[in-house]
Amino acid sequence: MPTRTVAVAARTGLHARPAALFVKAAADQETPVRIRVGDGPAVPAASMLSVLSLGVGHGTEVTLEADGPGADAALDALAALLARDLDAEEPADA
Amino acid sequence: MPDLDAPARALRGIGVGPGLAAGPVARMAAPPDLPAPRPVADTERELADAVRALEATEADLRARSEAAEGEARDILSAQAMIAADPTLREGVAERVRAGEDAAHALRATFDRHRELLASLGGYLGERAADLDDIAHRAIAAVLGRPMPGLPSPGHPFVLVADDLAPADTVGLDTGTVLALVTERGGPTSHTAILARALGLPAVVGCAGILDVTDGTVVAVDGTSGQVRTGVGDDEAADVRARAAEERSRLAAGRGPGRTADGHPVDLMVNIGSAADLRGADLDGVAGVGLFRTEFLFLDRKDAPGLEEQVTAYAEAFALFPEGTVVVRTLDAGADKPLPFLGLPEEPNPALGVRGLRISRDRPDILDTQLEAVARAAEKAAADVWVMAPMVATPVEAAAFVDRARAFGLRTAGVMVEVPAAALRAERLLQVADFLSIGTNDLSQYTLAADRQSGALADLLDPWQPALLQLIAACADAGRRSGRSVGVCGEAAADPALAPVLVGLGVTKLSMSARCVPAVRARLAAYDRAECEELARRALDAADAAEARAAVL
Repeated sequence: MPTRTVAVAARTGLHARPAALFVKAAADQETPVRIRVGDGPAVPAASMLSVLSLGVGHGTEVTLEADGPGADAALDALAALLARDLDAEEPADA
Repeated sequence: MPDLDAPARALRGIGVGPGLAAGPVARMAAPPDLPAPRPVADTERELADAVRALEATEADLRARSEAAEGEARDILSAQAMIAADPTLREGVAERVRAGEDAAHALRATFDRHRELLASLGGYLGERAADLDDIAHRAIAAVLGRPMPGLPSPGHPFVLVADDLAPADTVGLDTGTVLALVTERGGPTSHTAILARALGLPAVVGCAGILDVTDGTVVAVDGTSGQVRTGVGDDEAADVRARAAEERSRLAAGRGPGRTADGHPVDLMVNIGSAADLRGADLDGVAGVGLFRTEFLFLDRKDAPGLEEQVTAYAEAFALFPEGTVVVRTLDAGADKPLPFLGLPEEPNPALGVRGLRISRDRPDILDTQLEAVARAAEKAAADVWVMAPMVATPVEAAAFVDRARAFGLRTAGVMVEVPAAALRAERLLQVADFLSIGTNDLSQYTLAADRQSGALADLLDPWQPALLQLIAACADAGRRSGRSVGVCGEAAADPALAPVLVGLGVTKLSMSARCVPAVRARLAAYDRAECEELARRALDAADAAEARAAVL
């Protein structure tokens, strides 16, 4: 199964606004994506509660996994998102 | 049909936001009670009901998010995403298919996620409370009850609630809310702080207010704490006219604080950052009496660096080119935890390592902060003072003053929040340049009543004679040494208490910017001898209620 491993760049980790941006992007993908920390259980990336419960801090490496059509494109898009400091970016619609 | 109207009656609570208002009550709906579980015949229909409830909750939160701004918008938007969470929906579906009714399936599923988040602690632990709020909304929707949260009756109203939490008041429209009245809560509760920040009349700890039905017209006196229910049109109109008159009278008062006979009292403002003063009317304000510096340190993995601190302090100092700015060094502890301090959990955080006590193990944090304040002060026209929170002994005070002077800060003082400090005020002033009394903590420690406890609100009342006696001890010490003694807790924002504090000998009162006009107007009504007489009467009372009655 295709995977990507990436360190979370957001200063506050995957909480609050960075988590919301990530979960929304995951829900927008055509293929379901899962996320895990190390060898921990993989949870749906489109689930806010599951993503929050991972308790991912700044710099933590997470692994994204997906299977099926468009999996690689979805993983690339989400990995690129996590590699940005989402805390430093202004909300687009504010 | 006046004969059928409920007779007017008076309820009494603690006035925490001065001013008058009259209008119809709208109560904040309480979280719904869960009815007894019931057997489910049609599980698919039950599941559809549960899903609809989650969708309605999401739509409601989404709409509120779009109407909000800034941080509130982000919080509500994240809550909407949680309501729409597929994992939540799966959990509910599993339980309904196993035979549970929709309301219980929602409750149990939310509870499981709540426990999971709570077990992670810190930021996520706090989000557990948000999850409860979402659960209450979804359960209310499935039971066909009114959504808990702020009412929107479509006309101006007096907001009545059991108590108000910060999350409840996100999006509170000060254009339609006339006053706040809560059944529980005390003078330092969120409701009180919010009311002062918004300049709304407010009464807390008002037993019986929740029994007043929606639409009943009440007259609220946020100074005396009286709430009259079932008032007629004439009385309501009279109260509104008096409120309007009061507002224009206050707006007309200008200039620095002083008593009727011209005795000066510095009126100052409390701020958390320079942004707090945006749009504030600072006429006659002598400066910042309490600059809380915690905002720089919250939500941080590491302590903010020297340069970052210099910039933030300089921004605040620039607002008062001719005034004084009193900077309080970091006030954190187990009750206001900061991850980078690595403080262990404590059984009694209010009595633990907090405020200046942190520098016992981490002198570097205080040193960096003092250096940053000194550097920013060098370039500022404002007269910059520093003070330490949670000082208990003259030795601690002397150590702090020495550190401050080592960085070139000329004026260094301490806060009086601990009874031991008030009792030794004279000794403190032999080493410190000034005292600033934090009445919220001083009343918590003097009356042995937790600041968060609504049930003990009467003990936390700043009118408690024991608290006033400790303030008097500090003021006496100040008078003898010729040094400044100010009050920067919620007590300083109470206009009725202002002449009492001045009568006790307090020379500076620091409060939210919006409270300044009411305090200035009240002070101007008494000469100094009258203030001293009011102080004697308050000190002579047996408890807070008697003290207030003796003065008002």
